[in-house]
Amino acid sequence: MGKVLMKGNEAVAEAGIRCGCRHYFGYPITPQNEISAYMAKNMPKVGGLCLQAESEIAAINMVLGAAASGVRAMTSSSSPGISLKSEGLSYIAGCDLPCLVVNVQRGGPGLGGIQAAQSDYYQATKAMGHGDLRLLVYSPSTIQEIVTLTSKSFDTSEKYRVPAMILTDGVIGQMMEAVDFDEMVISTPADKSWASCGHGDQRKKNIINSLYIEPEKLEAVVVARFKRYAEIEKNEVMFEEYMTDDAELIIVSYGITARICKSAVNLARKQNVKVGLFRPISLWPYPSDALLNLAKKDITKHFLVSELNMGQMVDDVKVSTHCLKPVSFYGRTGGMLPAPEEILAEIKKILGGKA
Amino acid sequence: MTKSILIAGTGGQGIQFAGKQLAGTGLAFDKYVSYIPSYGPEARGGTSNCRVIISDEEIGSPVFNKPDILMVFNLESFEKYEPMLRAGGILFSDSSLVNKISWRDDLNGTYYIPASGLASDNGLTGMANVIMLAKMLAVTKIFGRDEFLDHMLESIPKSRAAMIDLNRRAFNIGYSYK
Amino acid sequence: MGQIVFDRPKALSDVQLTYCPGCTHGIVHRLIAQVIDELEIEGRTVGIAPVGCSVFAYNFFDCDMIQAPHGRAPAVATGVKRAHPNNVLFTYQGDGDLAAIGTAETVHVGARGENITTIFINNAIYGMTGGQMAPTTLYKQVTMTTPYGREKNIQGSPIKVCEMLATLDGTAYAERVAVDCVKNVNATKKAIKKAFQIQMAGKGYSIVEVLSACPTEWGKSPVEALEWIRTDMMPFYPLGIYKDVTEG
Repeated sequence: MGKVLMKGNEAVAEAGIRCGCRHYFGYPITPQNEISAYMAKNMPKVGGLCLQAESEIAAINMVLGAAASGVRAMTSSSSPGISLKSEGLSYIAGCDLPCLVVNVQRGGPGLGGIQAAQSDYYQATKAMGHGDLRLLVYSPSTIQEIVTLTSKSFDTSEKYRVPAMILTDGVIGQMMEAVDFDEMVISTPADKSWASCGHGDQRKKNIINSLYIEPEKLEAVVVARFKRYAEIEKNEVMFEEYMTDDAELIIVSYGITARICKSAVNLARKQNVKVGLFRPISLWPYPSDALLNLAKKDITKHFLVSELNMGQMVDDVKVSTHCLKPVSFYGRTGGMLPAPEEILAEIKKILGGKA
Repeated sequence: MTKSILIAGTGGQGIQFAGKQLAGTGLAFDKYVSYIPSYGPEARGGTSNCRVIISDEEIGSPVFNKPDILMVFNLESFEKYEPMLRAGGILFSDSSLVNKISWRDDLNGTYYIPASGLASDNGLTGMANVIMLAKMLAVTKIFGRDEFLDHMLESIPKSRAAMIDLNRRAFNIGYSYK
Repeated sequence: MGQIVFDRPKALSDVQLTYCPGCTHGIVHRLIAQVIDELEIEGRTVGIAPVGCSVFAYNFFDCDMIQAPHGRAPAVATGVKRAHPNNVLFTYQGDGDLAAIGTAETVHVGARGENITTIFINNAIYGMTGGQMAPTTLYKQVTMTTPYGREKNIQGSPIKVCEMLATLDGTAYAERVAVDCVKNVNATKKAIKKAFQIQMAGKGYSIVEVLSACPTEWGKSPVEALEWIRTDMMPFYPLGIYKDVTEG
């Protein structure tokens, strides 16, 4: 196929289909509508299903049913719709079901706006539904990375039986750039002998359930699940470092904002300002150890967090780095994007006379 | 080389087509490219715009507010975006629809092409976008004449083969317009 | 040598039910299990348990089971059925689950004509949470949250689910039955079997609404509760078939 121009929304849909997902459930919301449109057009060609549900709530519960029956299932939405899916996601986590949810973020809270934002960081990484639960959260910076992370999401989600989210935004969803599907590693679905799809008189019945009325039992189930979470934190961390070797200031940024920050790093380097970029790719599990290692280096003087919200990742950086070095924040919100020059100005402000 | 191009006008004028043609040609010639349209309610009610970057280097943000090249197809877009052109930038305006000129003295060129008039005079109604694209390429040389034209004509689906000749004619009118 | 004349249906698990004395959930569970046995479909049946008193239904049937969020059983069933069209799906839902929090899912599973079967337990009250008003609570009925009786101008009117769903093209079968006496229990089993058969024939959505007793929350003895189904519920919720695409 070679390189093609594709929107992020179309690419995640195509990648899902290539991963063997044949069950997509959606509900219209801007700026992710191209996902549903692509699925509606292309799922029937491979014998798959794209079903428009009556609400985001219904869509996530259709995903729950499909995933419980053992197939790869997927849904997508944008911020307000993701809030509606949070109930279902909690149940999915509680039932230990794998699935993929794509959040093409827009500004909030409330109806907010329709331009790109990253203001669902807390929701995705800290509180995607009630209860002690985690989601795998991946943040792509390019259309190519959306494709690789789709495959990664299905694989990791099935391996650990934990739901996965691709946390992207309106710009990545709407923009077109080159993508090469030949680079994609097509994953193999995991064994799903636990699925509820009829026992066929061949085995004992399977129950997919999140209810444990005895507190001792529920605690044991949650503790066992957190052991899997610990494995994930050990094995599945993803991040990228750019020019951090000799950097005095390290920008910590993900997704679309990390691209802008990379431009800012390049601008700074042309002026001999020693800046690097640390880009978490998995937002959970968070790359805490790698950040701590950077914080321990003598040359590292300062961290600057940049994201499209009011600083939701700052605490994660502070905790990861044990507050060994100061952590500042520069971001835009409400659908606004910073220019690389704005970030460069912030860098110079922080480094003061040294820059 | 990095060029940022903002194309703005009214829905139905082929704004997105023009942007995708530029990005597609860039991809075909191994450039880094990005394209992002206006979307949602912003894209309803008439206005339509898109931003394209063509570069030899990896692209940071696909969104920019100071374009190197601005192509406008209505007065509203002229008034909104002309002040945002980067110093040293180049303006292309469809003067059949925009009855204003730029008074900025820091631009590297201002071109007023009666593209919509030329299109309708030549039986090419609706193809002012291609006339404007051609003129822009003749001035900026972002792509060679044939590089772009061949790619654009190839991208037209067989079911609309009649459009190939029309696009070629529109392109030639724009490219040779003085 | 004795002869076994009455036994636990195979599709009913050998566990103790968790329902109150006089509750009719147990009767309906048994009828569903009997139908599954008679149709010989246990191996391909997947049941969806609701939230409410019957939340533990996943423990009571021997087929594969999935526990759904409150009101979402039809959406969960849709997900399973679309992935496995040969499975037989049933949702087991109470009145709060089906006609309050899950109304959208209920209407749209019918609108889509999903080939699934819903067994709808209408006892006009929330049991699990302690006797609050249900969407099917009758006018003047006293509950924990209608201590002066349900008033139309305050709490609105009860929803007649079968009548409402019968208006949808995708609904193939809608029948209201009751489990207040032997005759009606037998009729209920017949309706459940027909609903499953209609699903298996791919004709669309089927629902059996069962007028049921909740002696605990109604504050009545089991016998009084059965009587109340006849005297108070049936006049407002007439028994009968509201839609049957296999008829004329």
